[in-house]
Amino acid sequence: MAKPLLDLRGVARRFGGLIAVSGVSMSVREGSITALIGPNGAGKTTMFSLISGFLKPSEGQIYYDGREVTGEPAYKLARRGIGRTFQIVQPFAGLTVRENICVGSYLRCRQRAAANAAAEKVAREVGLETLLDAPADTLTVAGRKRLELAKALATEPKLLLLDEVLAGLNPSEIRDIIPVIRGLRDRGITILMIEHVMQAVMSLAEHVFVLAEGRLIAEGAPAEVAGSPIVIEAYLGHGAAKRLARTP
Amino acid sequence: MKSFTPIAIVIAGLAAVPLLVHSNVVLNFFVVALMIALAGQGWNILGGYGGQYSFGHAIFFGSGAYVTAILQVKYGVNAWPAFGCGIIAGAVAGTAVGWLAFRAGLRGSYFALVTLAFAEVLRIVASVAPITGAGVGTLVKLDLSFASLQFESRAAFYWLILALVSVALIVTWAIERSRFGAWLTAVRENEEAARALGVDAVAVKIGAMVISGAITAAAGCFYVQYFLFVDSHIAYGAWISIEALLTPIIGGAGTIFGPLIGALVVKALGEAALVVTGEAPGLDLVVFGVVLIVVVGFAPRGIGGLRTTLLTKIKRGLGGGTAEVRRG
Ligand SMILES: Nc1ncnc2c1ncn2[C@@H]1O[C@H](COP(=O)(O)OP(=O)(O)OP(=O)(O)O)[C@@H](O)[C@H]1O
Ligand SMILES: [Mg+2]
Repeated sequence: MAKPLLDLRGVARRFGGLIAVSGVSMSVREGSITALIGPNGAGKTTMFSLISGFLKPSEGQIYYDGREVTGEPAYKLARRGIGRTFQIVQPFAGLTVRENICVGSYLRCRQRAAANAAAEKVAREVGLETLLDAPADTLTVAGRKRLELAKALATEPKLLLLDEVLAGLNPSEIRDIIPVIRGLRDRGITILMIEHVMQAVMSLAEHVFVLAEGRLIAEGAPAEVAGSPIVIEAYLGHGAAKRLARTP
Repeated sequence: MKSFTPIAIVIAGLAAVPLLVHSNVVLNFFVVALMIALAGQGWNILGGYGGQYSFGHAIFFGSGAYVTAILQVKYGVNAWPAFGCGIIAGAVAGTAVGWLAFRAGLRGSYFALVTLAFAEVLRIVASVAPITGAGVGTLVKLDLSFASLQFESRAAFYWLILALVSVALIVTWAIERSRFGAWLTAVRENEEAARALGVDAVAVKIGAMVISGAITAAAGCFYVQYFLFVDSHIAYGAWISIEALLTPIIGGAGTIFGPLIGALVVKALGEAALVVTGEAPGLDLVVFGVVLIVVVGFAPRGIGGLRTTLLTKIKRGLGGGTAEVRRG
């Protein structure tokens, strides 16, 4: 078994009286695609913010690439190789697609020409090469999702956190982007993805964590987890698993 | 802007002005307009490219002016190094204010108010402190010689301020093409997103404030050499904070030529208004206000961005697009 690239130990986060994440321990194997699922408000995005340094944990430790990184600021973690996308896309609206991606590629390329070349390469990878000179605020929803992915990829992450990159896309757009994500894993990027589209989770992820009300309630292979009564109840309410089992 | 050619053409064109115009009144107009443009170019780095709207750039103008004047008058330092020290003082003030404001996480109107407050505090301190000449102000001794950085001819002063404006144009151009510039505009557009891409937003903003402070301070240093006098109202008064802020916005914030266009247009309109109405006091401020309202209403990218604004309007009008014009 490969070593974990990311390891969380008893991580918790409170917002005032609200416990958004509570005592979560989980690890993500290097080179894997791992999914984080759970009902709305489960604390998934909060987990991403903790891992990427946008929030500090109230309790617990986070280890990344063999060292403790708990409480390090977001920009430092990005430099260490943790890339993230935002559930609500965050383009640099007044800039072109190329300029947007360049902000990311400048992290590894000091020179303008190199940063531009790297940005164009990433644009090709995610299928934005024809829109490089378009202003970011003219993109469609699918385009914005691709741009969100492209910006993160341009920083050459080792660990990529994808927060619902498929949400809001139609089935054919989803079908187009799934091979892109698989391609990233194939070239060595470890992926942790939050996803509601179960079809994508089933086809992409090797391992799934299920979060509900801030707690980790199940983990395992996608098929296992999808059939688990605890998980079904978390999504559909108490007693749902039994009711489902009764229906012929 | 990709190519350097337009900058070279503008500099060459402006450099020719004293060869064609010999009227001291006209040259004086250009000298003052370029001095305001320089102050605005400083503001433009932080405000236009970085999106951090300072309402107190008098901090830098005044610090540059006082350091240049006091070093000469009280410490007998030669004008040239005094001028250089004035610029450094602006950079130091930029570091200090930036460090305090940005590390405290101040953004938007909070940042604007804090810069305003700093400038006011400095104005009050300067109006009572003995070293600044307190209420009387500081007078630099008249000595029209190259060694004292004072010139008999207006043209020489004109070329001096044009040289400073040119350096600021080139610095702006270089920033636009650099990694620092990309990160700075990223912070302006979306700070969270920038941090996720490895941008140390606080460091980038402080860096912008250092450059911004140095450039605006140079305008203050020049003021002292040109008028040979400074007091607390001139140095740290609201007038220069307003002019440094409004000329880039009117000309096109976050563009290379914005402050220059804004300063020339506003100063020209102000002069025209004075001629038409006789010397009514405060009229220049009225002109500022009217131009600002017109620009904000009809040309959100400033005068320099008028073409883009119109093109976008026409395109969106034809295409029926819904996306709105974002910023200047
Ligand atoms: N900055 C914050 N301040 C206060 N409460 C917050 C904050 N961020 C999240 N929360 C709360 O924490 C809980 C978890 O939110 P989170 O966004 O992590 O859920 P999620 O699993 O990503 O949900 P969704 O599937 O809807 O995206 C919610 O109750 C939310 O209201
Ligand atoms: Mg979420």
